[in-house]
Amino acid sequence: MIRSELIQKIADENPHLYQRDVERIVNTIFEEIIDAMSNGDRVELRGFGAFSVKQRDARTGRNPRTGESVEVEAKSVPFFKTGKLLRDRLNGN
Amino acid sequence: MASKTLTRMDLSEAVFREVGLSRNESAQLVESVLDHMSDALVSGETVKISSFGTFSVREKAARVGRNPKTGEEVPISPRRVLTFRPSHLMKDRVSAGNKG
Repeated sequence: MIRSELIQKIADENPHLYQRDVERIVNTIFEEIIDAMSNGDRVELRGFGAFSVKQRDARTGRNPRTGESVEVEAKSVPFFKTGKLLRDRLNGN
Repeated sequence: MASKTLTRMDLSEAVFREVGLSRNESAQLVESVLDHMSDALVSGETVKISSFGTFSVREKAARVGRNPKTGEEVPISPRRVLTFRPSHLMKDRVSAGNKG
């Protein structure tokens, strides 16, 4: 399923809404999650999962092609942990 | 910067501000979005949201695990797990926003 298919499903269920409003609604949700993580915040959606930010320390990496050492800066990366309900549903419980 | 935790309520509040539906309907729409994504994943589909990221379901084979406390061997049955791969845009924005 891709973004446009998700928008279409929501639009089909809500014939009273304009398609462009459904697009704005769906886009707002994803935008808000990225925004929160950019501020270092967590987004916890019970039953679905939680988005959080993890810190990665600086390290010395290696260019796999040349074997040359390169300094990799410390950085923050997005992380998603699946919620219990969804995890159980994936396994048919 | 003190970090906080956002919930469904914050997402519906954002939808409410953006589109001007009732708070109640905004909350229902947030729920529908999560439900449709969950249903697709449970049916084994990959959910690919451009410029956000990709959720995919992976099959894990059965293996023998160990209780780290007692050292006892326990069978772990085959199972399906969900993985999320953030888009480049998400990685860039999260890394830029949390510098320093």
